[in-house]
Amino acid sequence: MTDIGYWGVPLAILGGAIRVSTPFIFVSIGECITERSGRINLGLEGTLVFGAMSGYAVAYHTDSAWAGTLAAAFAGLLFGLLHGWICKFPKVNDIAIGIALMIFGSGLAFFFGKPYVQPVAPDLPAIPLGFWSDIPQLQAALNVNVLFLVGIALAFAASWMLKNTRIGLTIRVAGDSADAARALGIDVNRVRLWSTGVGGALAGIGGAYLSLYYPGSWNEGISSGQGLMAVALVIFARWSPVNCLYASLLFGGAGALGPALQSVGISQGYYLFYAAPYVLTLGLLVATSSAGGSATRAITAAPGELSITK
Amino acid sequence: MTLQADLAAGLAAKQSSVADYAGRILQPLFLPLAAVVAGMIVFSGFLLLVGKSPIDFYMIVYKAGFGTSFSWANTLARAAPLLLAALCVALPARLGLVVIGGEGAIVLGGVAAGTVGMMVPGLPGVLGILAMAIAASVTGAIWIGGIGALRHYRGVNETISSLLLAYIAIALMNHLVEGPLRDPASLNKPSTVPLPEAYRIGEIPGIGVHWGLAVGIVACILCWVLIERTTWGFAARIVGGNIRAAQVQGLPAGLLMIGFTALGGVFAGLAGMFEVAAVHGSANASLAAGYGYTGILIAFLARHNGLAVIPAAILFAGFEASSGLVQRRLGLPDATIVVFEGMIFIAILLSDALQDKIDFRTLFRIRGRS
Repeated sequence: MTDIGYWGVPLAILGGAIRVSTPFIFVSIGECITERSGRINLGLEGTLVFGAMSGYAVAYHTDSAWAGTLAAAFAGLLFGLLHGWICKFPKVNDIAIGIALMIFGSGLAFFFGKPYVQPVAPDLPAIPLGFWSDIPQLQAALNVNVLFLVGIALAFAASWMLKNTRIGLTIRVAGDSADAARALGIDVNRVRLWSTGVGGALAGIGGAYLSLYYPGSWNEGISSGQGLMAVALVIFARWSPVNCLYASLLFGGAGALGPALQSVGISQGYYLFYAAPYVLTLGLLVATSSAGGSATRAITAAPGELSITK
Repeated sequence: MTLQADLAAGLAAKQSSVADYAGRILQPLFLPLAAVVAGMIVFSGFLLLVGKSPIDFYMIVYKAGFGTSFSWANTLARAAPLLLAALCVALPARLGLVVIGGEGAIVLGGVAAGTVGMMVPGLPGVLGILAMAIAASVTGAIWIGGIGALRHYRGVNETISSLLLAYIAIALMNHLVEGPLRDPASLNKPSTVPLPEAYRIGEIPGIGVHWGLAVGIVACILCWVLIERTTWGFAARIVGGNIRAAQVQGLPAGLLMIGFTALGGVFAGLAGMFEVAAVHGSANASLAAGYGYTGILIAFLARHNGLAVIPAAILFAGFEASSGLVQRRLGLPDATIVVFEGMIFIAILLSDALQDKIDFRTLFRIRGRS
């Protein structure tokens, strides 16, 4: 291994930003679509964990990581649809349902995932984009997973979809004013049901990435709040999928800080660096929420129907 | 009017007032209980799907949670932190705030108590316990009250910030317990220095459960009085109903938000203190046992009513106390109880949709008088 000293830290953060950010990208874009339709799904943390478990289990049984990813997306879709279906009833609080599904999804994942902690499932493939360099650390940092590239494409596609297509407009109208949407003959509950379903499916893929690529195994501690941070990240990204992509990269880098410092021998305060992404999320949330307090107007650019910013 | 008709009318009126009274008591109980039963039925279906007997499951839960005096002692000891953790959700909820990060205040309250025991070990027992309680309360109040302040001054969503702060609190505890506050003698499980014997909190005589249970029950009753019988509680309920209307009326919405979240934090901090002083004997990673998260379910089941928190907490404490026996007897994973609780939680929230649709009182009324 070439000794590149402290240069290893920014390199490891770059590599980490690419590796760690992928689940954030998928979950935040999914949540972005859900929130644009006027609902918030806090349960994506549970969906992420269940996606990780189901993806790993199916990949193990079929010996195909892609089959696993597909299964995770399907499982996520079901969780999303469950959330969307429950929320259509009057007086049901979408945030509380999200908390319930967070507990339920993780519980189900741990329940069925017990037998899969030991076995080894195939990994998702990665593309070695660092082939031109001799430095192994750089090669490692630029070993890019296919899902990361899919995530980038998805961010731009989702932004374009929301802005320029009939479906996107329907979602935005449902999210900005349910009354206006109904006046246009749009079935608001159905739009939200499927927006939440798609959000869940994307979160499921994010979970499959966790168990099938990085860290690349299934255990009960696989997600440490990524699903929840992604929800916070959507607020920071002002409900734009492309901004979600950039924010995810930032978070990935922050998440890689602790391990990167550890790799060059700095282990003092490891747990504090471990908390860096949470502190960063909270800091950004405080900085970007609307000043002026609880009862003033909603954050600019927020979908008008969203309970979280009302 | 004949005497007979008069008597009949009087009798009917009397019957209906008794029915109304019974209805008023039973109406708020009906939906939550029905939701718990519905959750249990759905979970029975789940157990059948995975090839286990629901009857065996509920027998074991009953036996391990509520069957013997030993299991009652175990259940009530678990109920102590759950009562306090549930109040940390229920109090802010009355103002319309969904605070779900009580776990953070429990963990840091426990660390604060352990630190006091380490730094000032020489006080007489009562003073030492008082000092630990104050340290834990203040820590919890700052931690959760800060969430209320962020919400009021910056409009930061309290649900997300509280959960993020819970993750931060656990990282902070790991850092402190494995670093600056670590007892060098704790090898396998990094902990603070064990509390002096005088600082340990004992059992309530006769029932074999530590004093945290009594404090939890008193706290629940006080919260009920605060919310339902004082002007502050009334103001808080108005803020929870319609914050703009409350502000138009000149109610100090921000102060109430910060005050109620801070009070919730006091209770969660005390839960951590009791875990350290009555159960573990020092602060360590066992503090993050998930009481804060079970507290969320309990508060929602109790509809954020302090008095209703007491039976709800005991019910869920019994469920969790049975987890070990369920694993051993039925060969089910430890997450079984989490799945069970998750299903009950969803059923409870779904039952909100039926509020006002089912009027329990009509079930008691005489036919023809609707």
